Amino acid sequence: MAKEDFEVIIGLEVHAELSTKTKIFCSCPTEFGAAPNTHTCPICMAMPGTLPVLNEKVVEYAVKAGLATNCEIARDSKNDRKNYFYPDLPKAYQISQYDKPLCEHGYIEIDDKDGNKKKIGLTRIHIEEDAGKLNHDELGGGSLVDLNRAGVPLIEIVSEPDLRSSEEVEKYLRKLKSILEYIEVSDCKMQEGSFRADVNVSVRKKGDNKLGTRTEMKNMNSFRSITRAIEYEVERQIDVIEEGGKIEQETLRWDDVSGKTFSMRDKEDAQDYRYFPDPDLVAIKLSEEYIENIKNTLPELPESRKQRYLEQYKLSEKDAKLITSSKYLSDLFEQTIEVCHNPKAVNNWIISDISRILNETEMEPIEIPFDSKQLGELIILIDKGTISSSIGKKVLVELFENPRSPEQIIKEKGWIQISDEGAIKEIVLKILEANPQSVADYKGGKDRALGFLVGQAMKETKGKANPQMLNKMFLEELNK
Amino acid sequence: MNITELTVHELQDKLKNKELTITQITKAYADRIEEKEKDVQAFVTILAEDAIKQAEEIQNKIEKDEIKGEFAGIPIGIKDNICTKGVKTTCSSKMLENFVSPYDATVMEKLKKENIINLGKLNMDEFAMGGSTEYSYFKKTKNPWNLNKVPGGSSGGSAAAVAANLVPWALGSDTGGSIRQPASFCGVVGLKPTYGLVSRYGLVAFASSLDQIGPITKDVQDCAMLLNLIAGHDEKDTTSENKEKIDYTKCLKNDVKGLKIGVPKEFFGEGINEEVKDSLEKAIEKYKELGAEVEEFSLDIAQYALATYYIIACAEASSNLGRFDGIRYTYRTPEYKNLKELYKKSRSEGFGPEVKRRIILGTYVLSSGYYDAYYKKAQQVRTLVMKEFNKGFEKYDVILTPTAPTVSFDIGSKSNNPLEMYLADICTVSVNIAGLPGISIPCGVDKQGMPIGMQLIGNKFCEETILNAAYTYEQATEFRKKYQPQFKK
Repeated sequence: MAKEDFEVIIGLEVHAELSTKTKIFCSCPTEFGAAPNTHTCPICMAMPGTLPVLNEKVVEYAVKAGLATNCEIARDSKNDRKNYFYPDLPKAYQISQYDKPLCEHGYIEIDDKDGNKKKIGLTRIHIEEDAGKLNHDELGGGSLVDLNRAGVPLIEIVSEPDLRSSEEVEKYLRKLKSILEYIEVSDCKMQEGSFRADVNVSVRKKGDNKLGTRTEMKNMNSFRSITRAIEYEVERQIDVIEEGGKIEQETLRWDDVSGKTFSMRDKEDAQDYRYFPDPDLVAIKLSEEYIENIKNTLPELPESRKQRYLEQYKLSEKDAKLITSSKYLSDLFEQTIEVCHNPKAVNNWIISDISRILNETEMEPIEIPFDSKQLGELIILIDKGTISSSIGKKVLVELFENPRSPEQIIKEKGWIQISDEGAIKEIVLKILEANPQSVADYKGGKDRALGFLVGQAMKETKGKANPQMLNKMFLEELNK
Repeated sequence: MNITELTVHELQDKLKNKELTITQITKAYADRIEEKEKDVQAFVTILAEDAIKQAEEIQNKIEKDEIKGEFAGIPIGIKDNICTKGVKTTCSSKMLENFVSPYDATVMEKLKKENIINLGKLNMDEFAMGGSTEYSYFKKTKNPWNLNKVPGGSSGGSAAAVAANLVPWALGSDTGGSIRQPASFCGVVGLKPTYGLVSRYGLVAFASSLDQIGPITKDVQDCAMLLNLIAGHDEKDTTSENKEKIDYTKCLKNDVKGLKIGVPKEFFGEGINEEVKDSLEKAIEKYKELGAEVEEFSLDIAQYALATYYIIACAEASSNLGRFDGIRYTYRTPEYKNLKELYKKSRSEGFGPEVKRRIILGTYVLSSGYYDAYYKKAQQVRTLVMKEFNKGFEKYDVILTPTAPTVSFDIGSKSNNPLEMYLADICTVSVNIAGLPGISIPCGVDKQGMPIGMQLIGNKFCEETILNAAYTYEQATEFRKKYQPQFKK
C-alpha cells in the first residue's frame, strides 16, 4: 500500500500564555526574561500556608478567546488540581480545569486545499497555570529551578481531530494565533514559548471508520518544526503499519536537530493526575451581563478586517489574507497608510519585500524592528523621487538591521537619487559610448537592448540614477 | 495574685487599674514556662526571652502614650502550623524542622497589629493529623491534669499550654476536631469557627475545605475576644466570607431562656463512655433549669460523617502535602541517585507514619477508577450531612453533643491503633464536614478527675448563639473555680 492509501488524523493542544500583567494566582509580574526567581513570591513559590487568588483578567481573556472562536461560555466553571511531582511544579499540582472548562464547542475556519472553507472544531478552552523552568547548572552539574514562569496564566485550546495534513495544521495554527493576537490576549511568541502546540497524530487506511492509535508529539517551537514533525511521524506510523506492526500510544519528543521523534513515556507509566476540584478556590460563576460585556468589547477579527481591505483598499483576496493573517502586520499596514497615504505601495512592500525577509529570517511579524513611521517615510521618499525603489529595497534591509529614519539612512549611505538632467545625460552618453553593440542591436529592432543599457547605467550609479529619467534620456539619444 | 491563673479579660482589668504591667505579665509567663514546660512539653519553640524584650518595648511605648489598645502586650501561644515570619513553623514534622516562614499568616498580622506578644510555637500532631499530639516528631505533650495522659490533638500543645497556664490563650486549628477535642481533654474552651469566618492564609494546609483557625482559652469571654481579633474577610483567602464585622463579646448575655437546644440521640449511643454521657445529661438538666428548651432528635446521617471525613480530608491532604518534596525548603535525604529517589527518600524519611498513612489513603481515593466510589461519593454524603444539619437548625438554635466519646486516654494506649484513634473524632468531624461553628466547654470531670467536654454546634455564622449558650452555662457552673489541673505524675 502507498502513502496515498492512508488518511492522516490530527488534533492539537495549543498552550498560549496570556498577556496579563500579573500571574494567575498572585500579583507577581509575568514579564519574560527577568533574572531567575526575581518574579516570585511566597504564593507562586508554593510556600506552606499560601493560597491562590484567581486573577479576574485571566477569566476575561479566556472568555474573549472563547467568544472569538465561536465557543459556548460556561456560566458555572471551576478550577481543578492536576497532581504530579516535578521540580518545576512547586505545589506538586497544577491548578487547571478538568471537567468544567470555561469555553466549549467552538470552531475556527480555515481554507482547505481546494480553497473551500473548512471548520475545525474546538473541543474546549480552559485556563491553567504555567510551570517554572529547570536550568542545567554547568558548574555543579545539577539542575536549578527558576520559578519566574510558575503561575503565568495559560489557556489550553484543544481541537477536535479534524485536521488532515500538516498544511491544514499550519493554517489552523496561524489562524488561531492571529485571532489571539487580534483580541490581544496573548503575544503568541513561539520562540519564547508563549504559543506552543502539542500534536496528536494517527493514521488509518482510507475508508476505515475506526481511528488509529495516536501518538502525542511535544517540543516543536516553530511552524517549520511542527510541519516537519508531523511529516516524520506520519511516515513513521505508516511504515510501522505496512510492516505489520502496531502503533503504541505514547508521548514523543521532537528533536529539531536530528529531525526525529523520541519516546518520552509510554502508556505503561501513564500518569494518574488525580484531578479533583481545588478546595482553595471558589467556583467561577459568570453572569449573562458579564459575557455580553466582553462580547461587546471584542475587536475586529481577521476575517472581517480582510473583507474591509477588499472593499476599502481594493486589495486582492490573496494580499488581504496575508496582511490580515497577523494583527501586527495589518496594524503596520493601516498605520503606514496614515503616514504616506499610498495603500498600494504599502501593500506591495508588505506582501513582497517585508514578507520575503520575514520568511528568510524566520522572524514573526511582531518582531519587525521598525515602525509605521519609518516605513511610511521610506515610501514617501520613493514617491517624491528622492530615491529609486531599488534603493528603497536597500533602505528596507537597513531598517531590519538597524532601524532609524530612512532619510538619515540615505544621507549616511549617500543613496540620494540622481535626478539632475545634466548628470543623467552624462551617464547616458558614457554608457552609449561604451556599448556600441547594444546601440546597434537597438537600432536593428531589438528593444531588449534598451533594458540592458538602463541596467548598465544603474550599475554605474550604484542604483542611484532616477530610472524614469534614464529611460527617457536613452530613448531620446537612441532615436536621434 | 497568681498572674498566670488570670484570664485575659482579668489581665486587662488589672492593667487598666495599674495593678499590673505588661512586663510583669510576660515575665510571669516566662517563669511559669521555666517551671512547668519540662512536665508538660507543650512548646516546639519557646520565645520567652524575646517576648520579655518585646514587652519592655511595648511597656515603654504605652508609658509614652505612643500606643494604645486593650490587647497591647498580652501574650499568646501559637500552634506550630500557623506561619510566623522569622520564627520556625515546623508543623511538628521532621519535614519542616528548619523551616522559617518568610511571611506572617493573616491571623498573625492581625495579632501583631494589636501588639500581642508571641510566647512561642505550640506542639501538635504532625501536620495536624492525629488526636493525641503523640504524632509530633519532636515530643509528646502531656495532659496537665494527669501527665501520663494525652492532651488530645492535634492542637494538644495549645490546649495543654492554656490549661497549664503556660500561655493565657492560644490559637489552634481544627480540621476534624483538633481544637475542640484537646480543649475537652484539657478542660479549657475551644472554638472551631464557621468555615470561612477566619482567614486560612498562612495556616499550613491539611484539608483545605475543612481547616479553620480558632481560639483555645480559659473561658468563654476570652474566646469571644480572641475570635474578635482573628475573624474577618481576607482578600488573600477567597474562601473567607465577606461579612459584616461582629463584636462577639456583645452576645454574652448570660441568658438562655427560650433557647432551643436539640440533642441528637446518635451522639449518645454506642461507643460513648458512660461517665461522659452522665456528665452531658447533667449539663442538659442545667440548661433546662436555666430556661432553655431541650429536645432529643435524630441526626441519622452523622454515622456516615466519619468515613466521609477521612476520605475528603485525606484526599485533600495527599495533594496539599505534595509540595513537601525535598526540593526547596523541606528536609532532603542526604543521598540519592536520581530525582525519583530524591522524592521517595525525602518523603519517606521526612514524614511520620500517620501522615504517610493519610497520604496513601488520600492518593488511593483520588486515583482513577476509585474516584467515583470514594471521593465523589463522599462529596455527595457531605451535601447530605449539610442538609441534615440545616433541617436540625430549622428547629433548634443549638445542637448539643459530647465533644469526644471519652476523656483523655493514657499516652501510648492508642497510638498504634489508628482506627481507634480515628473514632475519637466521631463527635466533631460532622461539624467540619458541614462547615458549622462548634465550641467545646468543660462540663465536669470523671472519677479520675479528668475533664469532660460538651460541644455546642451552631448554624453557619451563628457563633454568637453558641458563645452565649456556652457563656451562660459556664457562669452557672463555674468549672474553673471547682477544678484545676493537678499535674498528676
